Amino acid sequence: MNKQEYELVVVGGGPAGLAAAQEAYDQGVRDILILERDFELGGILQQCIHNGFGLHYFGEELTGPEYAQQFMENVRERGVDIKLDTMVLEVTPEKDVYAINSDDGMLYIDAEAVILAMGCRERTREAIDIPGTRPAGVYSAGTAQRYVNMEQWIPGEKVVILGSGDIGLIMARRMHLEGAEVEAVLEIMPFSGGLVRNIVQCLDDFDIPLRMQQTVTEIHGKDRLEAVTVAEVDDNMQPIPGTEYKIECDTLLLSVGLIPENELSKDAGVKMHDVTGGPIVNEGRETNIEGIFACGNVLHVHDLVDWVTEESLVAGKTAANYLQGGIDKREQEIEVNPGENVGYIVPQKITNDVEDRKLVDLYMRCKKPMEHVTINLYSGDKKLLDKNERRVEPGEMITFPVPEQMISDDMDSLKVDIVKEGE
Amino acid sequence: MKDKTDILIIGGGVTGCFAARELSRYDLDITLVEKEPSLCTGTTKANTALIHAGFNADPDKLKGRLNMRGNQLYHERIQHELDVPIEWLGALVVAKEEEKLPKLEELLEKGQENGVPDLEIVKGDDIYDLEPHLADDAIAALHAPTAGIVNPFELTVALANNAAMNGADVYLEAGVEDIEDKGETKLVKTAKGDIEANIVINAAGLYADKIANMVGIDKFEITPRRGEYYLYDKQADIDVQTTVFPVPTKVSKGIVVTPTDEGNVLIGPNAEVIESVENKSTTREGLDEVLNGAQKTIPELSKRNVIKEFAGLRPAITETGDFLIEASDEVPGFINVAGIQSPGLASAPAIAEKVVGIVKEEIGGLREDPDFDPNYEGPPKFRHMSHEEQAKLVEEDKNYGQIICRCESVTKGEILEAIREPVGARTVNDIKRRVRPGSGRCQGGFCEPKVVNILSEELGIPEDEVVLESKESKLLRERTKEPLLNEEEVSDNE
Ligand SMILES: Cc1cc2nc3c(=O)[nH]c(=O)nc-3n(C[C@H](O)[C@H](O)[C@H](O)COP(=O)(O)OP(=O)(O)OC[C@H]3O[C@@H](n4cnc5c(N)ncnc54)[C@H](O)[C@@H]3O)c2cc1C
Ligand SMILES: Cc1cc2nc3c(=O)[nH]c(=O)nc-3n(C[C@H](O)[C@H](O)[C@H](O)COP(=O)(O)OP(=O)(O)OC[C@H]3O[C@@H](n4cnc5c(N)ncnc54)[C@H](O)[C@@H]3O)c2cc1C
Repeated sequence: MNKQEYELVVVGGGPAGLAAAQEAYDQGVRDILILERDFELGGILQQCIHNGFGLHYFGEELTGPEYAQQFMENVRERGVDIKLDTMVLEVTPEKDVYAINSDDGMLYIDAEAVILAMGCRERTREAIDIPGTRPAGVYSAGTAQRYVNMEQWIPGEKVVILGSGDIGLIMARRMHLEGAEVEAVLEIMPFSGGLVRNIVQCLDDFDIPLRMQQTVTEIHGKDRLEAVTVAEVDDNMQPIPGTEYKIECDTLLLSVGLIPENELSKDAGVKMHDVTGGPIVNEGRETNIEGIFACGNVLHVHDLVDWVTEESLVAGKTAANYLQGGIDKREQEIEVNPGENVGYIVPQKITNDVEDRKLVDLYMRCKKPMEHVTINLYSGDKKLLDKNERRVEPGEMITFPVPEQMISDDMDSLKVDIVKEGE
Repeated sequence: MKDKTDILIIGGGVTGCFAARELSRYDLDITLVEKEPSLCTGTTKANTALIHAGFNADPDKLKGRLNMRGNQLYHERIQHELDVPIEWLGALVVAKEEEKLPKLEELLEKGQENGVPDLEIVKGDDIYDLEPHLADDAIAALHAPTAGIVNPFELTVALANNAAMNGADVYLEAGVEDIEDKGETKLVKTAKGDIEANIVINAAGLYADKIANMVGIDKFEITPRRGEYYLYDKQADIDVQTTVFPVPTKVSKGIVVTPTDEGNVLIGPNAEVIESVENKSTTREGLDEVLNGAQKTIPELSKRNVIKEFAGLRPAITETGDFLIEASDEVPGFINVAGIQSPGLASAPAIAEKVVGIVKEEIGGLREDPDFDPNYEGPPKFRHMSHEEQAKLVEEDKNYGQIICRCESVTKGEILEAIREPVGARTVNDIKRRVRPGSGRCQGGFCEPKVVNILSEELGIPEDEVVLESKESKLLRERTKEPLLNEEEVSDNE
């Protein structure tokens, strides 16, 4: 076995892993290795050839590969070690990393700190339990995106898309531009899980219908998909008998949710959060295992890569502090709890005492869309801060910066709720 | 395709492949034809995969007797000869009500009469020692330690490959279209050409009646009876140690909860008579019935962590409810192996033994082939190895350093092996069944494009000719309009 030692190992070379590695380097860590299973760095961004990345971070609109390129250059310039085509098989609680590729064979890396940045995977037809036959022609939207944008193959001609998440919306436009007929985008909820701008730019501009509160209840076709049965659903997302209709199609693309890919984390003993599906972390993005950090989609699913970058810079910085002599802990941990209409908040706790810090960013998602809201931050019954938003949507992550000076030593919990303005 | 053979077997399920392998012990020319592009696409691909102990077997029926013998042969021979996952987890039949106890006693007695070893009725805490997460109101259970599970895909592939290693020829996409009875021989017309056979063995599963009709036999009819399933993620943390049955009632055998050889939990099947032998759809009602039934014994089951739904069809002869394994009186040289419903898998070695006996009688004696090798080893299983063993494997062959399926840790080396075996894999699902890429929680979302790519390269066909399962199940339609590659590279690929 090929044994190596590194101060910091980063698992995954997507935007999260790249930004974390870059920041750890800039904070003085020199001995860094990025392990990436694909043949190139950049993660999911490499197949997102559309515009819309980097508005917050770079102040301009880039394509996915362009955005990734910036960070790829940054880590290369800094001389961070990179191994491509390398799959990480196991991370132990002692931070031993086992990885494999064809050239080095089995790598056994003794690391002092590990940053988990493995991204996420897509939910499947099976996970959402659609009955029927099992023909060719049913793809997750991301797989179809890979076929089209990376392999240059169009998977089908007559398409129905289930789920109005961003990947579904983007793929509706992509398939349309490739000459396929997109019959409809169906959404089981009364609102879309995607960004508003994607609904406008990907569906409205091409007259692709978006049908709310409808879902696929059966798949037909022996060899290749022939049709799907669609039904309207009630407010509990149950199909309403009698509303069924059939759409003939040879392709069904599923954009029904992303799941953080945490098999490695679980094996390492990292504790998971029920709602995010990612590790439970403090504000430095450190998990319950000292020296193991997580950032990006492996931690919680992001809609904008800019926030992935911000979050990963934090993780990279904390990892560097950890390696350089440790992190000062607050006397009292502060739990961060979701209140009314808040699905989850990352980080789940604030535990560190960081000297030069000005803000702690809270990332959160609301449970249901609302207009004209106030987002309130409480410590116990005491309101600390609020901000107004014109509209919140589950599909758009909310960032809420908390000034350091508001966080005091006697606090033991914070709570955020989202309510109608004036309530 | 060759034009003559001693014995032609129709059907590449477990029945046909077992017969081919057992007959390849003898000095005979054996040929197996299968209509699909891969083995194991019929009933053998969608069942509960149990090697029943035989306590419920009816000794008055052929299927009961062959189940007993089959279980014995798996224990004594098959598990040692073929590199196929077989585990003797044992079975539990669980009674939750007093009034079910007599039935449990009855099963115990019947099992003992059938010669099932080590049967006992356990009570109280002893039940929960065997199955800790069983519903907490179980009062007694019949424990059968000789019940087992097998991987039916690997078994079928192992049998076909072992038969091929011993000289049998296997033709895929060679569906039988007609059979001409020429007296001494049969001229079998297949999609790959005509072949003249001295003996024809009909192991066509759901289509066995149609094959029999081709030579004018219409004494039986196959009625498909569907069973549906849910399969759970390996990481689902559902603790099931044995194969758990409820006490059967007159109306229903009840839903089984069992681990698979890979450590997934499988629940099912229900039973529903349907019209078409093609209809392997799952249904809302069927799947709900399966989950409700399973929760009666293992209450913690829910839809969470389900990674697959599927359905299989039992090829039943309803009049007799039994297997039909015999040389036809009407058409000499034609052997039916039909109605192989459950426990067809458990009985498979014994069915093959019986078929060999019939062939022996038809021909009047068989000479053993001294070169017959009963052993078969499949592709290595990277996922089951220690890191040290994995390291060694990559050192020997770089292809084992490339992980293609992230969920199941399947390497390119294993996929290449599967394609390069004597009866090699040709479809995406065939590769999935043999070496598991796409069998995990993402169901191929990650690896399918890679598997398509490997198949295309290895078989020398364009990617849009690669199929999922049947010949018509193509995955890709056409090239994108504005390729991101330069034109040359694209036309090279085409
Ligand atoms: C289809 C789609 C469209 C999007 N559209 C937009 C948009 O318009 N604008 C926007 O700002 N954002 C968009 N996003 C969001 C944003 O791009 C993602 O949130 C971001 O890419 C996530 O970064 P990540 O590094 O966490 O994950 P990823 O990019 O998924 O990177 C994870 C990396 O880890 C590697 N990896 C995983 N496991 C292992 C292992 N065991 N060993 C080695 N390597 C491993 C993977 O190969 C991958 O390269 C989109 C996302 C998707 C999926
Ligand atoms: C729901 C369910 C649960 C079950 N559970 C169990 C269990 O737990 N234990 C057990 O012992 N048994 C079980 N069984 C039964 C067992 O699965 C079957 O008995 C066994 O798989 C039958 O195998 P076979 O080879 O006879 O049929 P098949 O696997 O169907 O093979 C027949 C083959 O013939 C081919 N064919 C058809 N027509 C032609 C043609 N014209 N030309 C060429 N080829 C043709 C087909 O493509 C197919 O590959 C179960 C069955 C079902 C449906």
